[in-house]
Amino acid sequence: MYKIGIIGDRDSVLGFLAVGFSVEIADDSKQAALCLKKMAEDNFAVIYITEELASQITDEIDKYKDDMTPAIVLLPSKDGGVGLGMRNIKKSVERAIGADILFKNND
Amino acid sequence: MAEIRVNPTRMELKKLKSRLGVARRGHNLLKDKRDELMKQFIDIVRETKELRERVELSLAKYNKSFASASATSSPKMMTEALMLPKKHVSLDVEEKNIMSVHVPVLKYSLHGEKSSDGYNFGLDFTSGELDASIQELSDILDDMVKLAELEKTSQLLAQEIEKTRRRVNALEHVMIPQYETTIKSITMKLDENERGNITRLMKVKDMMINEQLKKQSLSEQ
Repeated sequence: MYKIGIIGDRDSVLGFLAVGFSVEIADDSKQAALCLKKMAEDNFAVIYITEELASQITDEIDKYKDDMTPAIVLLPSKDGGVGLGMRNIKKSVERAIGADILFKNND
Repeated sequence: MAEIRVNPTRMELKKLKSRLGVARRGHNLLKDKRDELMKQFIDIVRETKELRERVELSLAKYNKSFASASATSSPKMMTEALMLPKKHVSLDVEEKNIMSVHVPVLKYSLHGEKSSDGYNFGLDFTSGELDASIQELSDILDDMVKLAELEKTSQLLAQEIEKTRRRVNALEHVMIPQYETTIKSITMKLDENERGNITRLMKVKDMMINEQLKKQSLSEQ
C-alpha cells in the first residue's frame, strides 16, 4: 500500500491532514528537499508540493521524473499559483513533440 | 556521408546488405511506435491540461475557504482539530502498459471510521467554515489523484517519445545513409575489379589467338 504526501507551508497544506494525506510542513527549500527525499524513499506514490517550494528544488524533483513512482505534482499554494505546474506540462509536450502545440496562446 | 571503412569484398557486401535490411526494418518499426506514442501522448496531455486547470481552480476556492476558516478560529485550535485524522488514505498502484511504456494507474481508498460525518474532528470547537472547506477538499481528492496519474503518464510518455525519436533520426539520417554509401562504394570497387579482370582476359585471349595464328601460318609455309 502506498501513501500520499504533501509538502508545503503550514497554511497551504494543513487542511490535507483531514483527508488523510501525510503532511510535511516545510518553510524553506532545504527542509522541502529533505522531506521530499524522505518521502521518496518511503513508499509514497504521489507527492504533492507547492509551486513555491518546487521552484526552489527543481533539481531534486527532476530526479524522480523518469521513475514510475513517486509522481510529484505541483499545486498552487494559498497565495495562488505561479503557473509552474502548467509550465511543466508544456515542457513535457516540448520534450515529446519538439514544438509546443497545445499552449499556443498562453505566455 | 562518411562511409564505413571495410574491405571491399563480397563477404563484407553481403554482411552490409543484411545490416541495411535490419536497419530499414527497425526504422519502420520505430517510426510506427513513435507515431502511435505521439497519438496517445497528445490525448493524454490534453486531458492533463484540462484536469489541471480544473484542479487549480477548485484548489484556489478551497484555499480561500480554508483561509476564512483559519481566520475564525485560532491556529492552535485548527492544528488540534486536524492533527489526528480519523481517516487515512492509501493508494494502490497498478501498472498499465502503453506501447511498452509502464505507467502507473492510481487507485486510492480511504480507510478509517466511516461512522458519523467523515470529519475527523468534533463539531463543538470548530467552525462551520472548516467543515465546508474540508468538504471541498474531499470533493477534489478524486481529481487530484487522477491528475497525479496523468501527469506522471505524460512525463513518462514524453521521455519515451524523445528516446524513440532520437533512434528514428539516428537510423534515418546516419545509419542508413552510411550503409548505403558503403554498399555503393563496395559495389563500384567490385565492378571495377571485374572490369579489370575482363579486359585482362580479353587481352590474354587476343595474345593467344595471335600466337595460334602465327603458328598456323608458319606450319602452312
